[in-house]
Amino acid sequence: MAVCIAVIAKENYPLYIRSVPTQNELKFHYTVHTSLDVVEEKISAVGKSLGDQRELYLGLLYPTEDYKVYGYVTNSKVKFVIVVDSSNTSLRDNEIRSMFRKLHNTFTDVMCNPFHNPGDTIQSKAFDGIVSGMMVQSG
Amino acid sequence: MESLTLSDVEQKYYSDLFAYCDTDNTKKVASNGRVLDLFRAAQLPSEVVLQITELCGATRLGHFGRSQFYIALKLIAIAQSGLPLRVESLNSVKDLPLPRFVVGKNEAEARHAALYQDTDSQGLYPASAAAVMPRPPGRGLQNKKAPPPSTSLPVHEVVQPLAASVEPQPEPTSPVVSPDQSPPTSPPSWRKHKRQHSGGNVDRPPVVAAAGAVWTQFREPQTVSAEGMWASHSPPPPGQESWVSFTADTPPSSTLPGMHPSSVQESTTIRTVASAAMTNEIQRQSSGYDDPWKITDEQRQYYINQFKTIQPDLTGFIPGSAAKEFFTKSKLPILELSHIWELSDFDKDGALTLDEFCAAFHLVVARKNGYDLPEKLPESLMPKLIDLDDSAEVPEQTADVGYSGSPVEVTPNKSPSMPSLNQAWQEMNPNNEDTAIVHPVPIRMTPSKIHMQEMELKRTGSDNNHPTSPLLTKPPELDEEAKLPASMKFVAANTVGEGYSSSDSFTSDPEPITRQRSQSGTSPEPLKVVAPPPPPPRPHPTHSRSSSLDMNRTFAATSAAGQAQASAIAYLPAVPPRPLPTQAAPGAAAGLATTAAATTTAAATTSPQQIPQQPNFADFSQFQAFAASEQPSSLPEVDKHSEAGPVEKAPEGAGPLRTVKSDGQVDERASASVNSAKGASGPIAPPPKPVRRRLKSEDELRPEDEQHGPQKSNVIAAVLSTQPSIPRSVGKDKKAIQASIRRNKETNTVLARLNSELQQQLKDLLEERISLEVQLEQLRPFSHL
Repeated sequence: MAVCIAVIAKENYPLYIRSVPTQNELKFHYTVHTSLDVVEEKISAVGKSLGDQRELYLGLLYPTEDYKVYGYVTNSKVKFVIVVDSSNTSLRDNEIRSMFRKLHNTFTDVMCNPFHNPGDTIQSKAFDGIVSGMMVQSG
Repeated sequence: MESLTLSDVEQKYYSDLFAYCDTDNTKKVASNGRVLDLFRAAQLPSEVVLQITELCGATRLGHFGRSQFYIALKLIAIAQSGLPLRVESLNSVKDLPLPRFVVGKNEAEARHAALYQDTDSQGLYPASAAAVMPRPPGRGLQNKKAPPPSTSLPVHEVVQPLAASVEPQPEPTSPVVSPDQSPPTSPPSWRKHKRQHSGGNVDRPPVVAAAGAVWTQFREPQTVSAEGMWASHSPPPPGQESWVSFTADTPPSSTLPGMHPSSVQESTTIRTVASAAMTNEIQRQSSGYDDPWKITDEQRQYYINQFKTIQPDLTGFIPGSAAKEFFTKSKLPILELSHIWELSDFDKDGALTLDEFCAAFHLVVARKNGYDLPEKLPESLMPKLIDLDDSAEVPEQTADVGYSGSPVEVTPNKSPSMPSLNQAWQEMNPNNEDTAIVHPVPIRMTPSKIHMQEMELKRTGSDNNHPTSPLLTKPPELDEEAKLPASMKFVAANTVGEGYSSSDSFTSDPEPITRQRSQSGTSPEPLKVVAPPPPPPRPHPTHSRSSSLDMNRTFAATSAAGQAQASAIAYLPAVPPRPLPTQAAPGAAAGLATTAAATTTAAATTSPQQIPQQPNFADFSQFQAFAASEQPSSLPEVDKHSEAGPVEKAPEGAGPLRTVKSDGQVDERASASVNSAKGASGPIAPPPKPVRRRLKSEDELRPEDEQHGPQKSNVIAAVLSTQPSIPRSVGKDKKAIQASIRRNKETNTVLARLNSELQQQLKDLLEERISLEVQLEQLRPFSHL
């Protein structure tokens, strides 16, 4: 149900970014980029020992009239950003959380792959599959 | 029907088929005649065919329209690939091989196909099949070897397909090349669907839809041949870097000659020695299934040897880094290795077990030989993880164990079995199952991983017997933490398995543990409940359970119910005995027993709610009074009073005590407030329904245990013992029982409220007490001196 999913590394460069409407990708990229600021803000605001899931999930970063942006940060400062369409039946918070959890799990699996160098863009087909599953199904 | 998107190949193929079936040229195909023949030729189990017919809507319409026909064909292809039949999969399955139909006739074109017929399917339909398929697309997958002239098709085709198998993209698109040649022969050639690989190749890896989806047919033979090749070539000597040295070409050529002679003619001839040879070599575990991903024994042995070089312990894991080094030697691009890793590291633990390693090795070998990597791990390569088996898998697994070759078909999707895996695991399986079951630990994965695995299993849609390679192999390495959840899951998964009877026992293990824990808490109480000496002569009205209606009626039914419940409820919290619990308790008990009015003071704890209750909740009335009075100031008095009281009470008849206790549990807390006076009341309340009483006593006992000494328990036991006997004779009236139940429920709520209030009071009392003691200390100068 997301229109765009992005994984951003600790150094704030994208490890993986994919949007469903393949046109207008630039717009989503831009959105994700600006949302990083909000993410940083939230991270620093929470501060201290972040350990529990609650703090991993950042929630709605900011809504625009078209879509909403949700953020999630892992303990290693890898950020996941999901952009969902506002016109969508507003997804419940739980659903977004579960999406993030799934992303996180799949991301972990990718990291476990010894052939994957951390810092490389993610080229795992399994990851792609999961992400596609989460994207808006267009017909 | 949902929209169906067909690739070009499929489109052409299907339209050809449709034309073939549409003998009347009505653009509709009745569900008879050629259609049925065609479907039968697909060699799917009849129920699958029925299901397909239903899914495609032909049942609804009564005939096969073009769209239904196409959908049916696609479903056939899906079923043949071993995927579950679902409407959604129509469009979602990519690279689906074209459906294969076994057709007896062979034509010149068909020869090609025949060559590769998989050995098991006896009637090879020579190229005709192959020719058939190739025809529509006309896309020849150009093989490296130039397509031989039609005449010499058979041989060449054989060669090609074989070569193709070896070459890249062999799998899905077998060397279509040859077919190209044949096409010209006859349009209807496509009819000759080549031989059906029995039951469809279940785990044909997703066929590259590329041009020659058709060629999937070739795929089989090729893979077969490829496997044969492998088999024939024994695995390259270990230690050789480029160990993937399966010389593709040689074997095919070797087999070719055999095929050659027969090729030209109709099917059966083509059966060919080659195919037979291949069969043998290929070692099809399941009858009639040729699985390009099957690992032959020789291969497996080789893999195992390789595994040993890295990790001498066959039950151990190969860490990711070591595996990476090893597989990097194969000189495959990192991306592909990464993909192979993803496929083979089934439990996503970053390490490879023997099974996973074999699967990965096999995939690497396949890739080196030109096979495309599948999107999902083929079933035959899946490591067997017992813990994740579902019921379907279990029986299948056991079946597999039983008959290595028998195609255990739990579902059409299921590959007949993972023969090679089964082989290797056969001996181990039965043991493993047991051992796996026995070892609670087997799973090394975290619960989330297990979950992922389960999800993945479901995703792959295959019931794989997964002997828990990690499970079996490495119990010691399992994470303890993960153990329990894993084992729980594992157990849960296994409970269905027939072979896992032990799993049941295992399953039960954790349960008893928890049960015990819970029981431990309860056991003493019940024991105590049982133990207590027979209740005093008079059954306490408090235990007003429905059965003793008399009681209920006698004492305001509602109240009785309420009382019983309230008391029960009250006791449940098991408020630690208040300061003078022992003393107070008896006192309270006594007080309780004395329902009536006896002591107004202490009784206050129980809120006025008690009032409506039965007299047997004498305590409550007392509490009521107490509550009314309830001021902290009064408490001290009460306390002292109760102190005195209890003592007196104790000597009092055990009965009152017991009864009181039973009722008074709640009050115990308040019992401090409940004074001895109450205790004195003794047997007060008329014997509450014995049942209730018993229940109450139980409840009471529980808190009582905490608070009172053994004496109480004795008393209680006595009370309890006597109580049960009493009610039996009483209250058979169902309605009365129901009414009393209702009342009890009401009482329950009331008592619950009361309980909370009492607790609050208790807290206050405690504070009071503390402050008083402090004062006392201050006032009493060095009295201790």
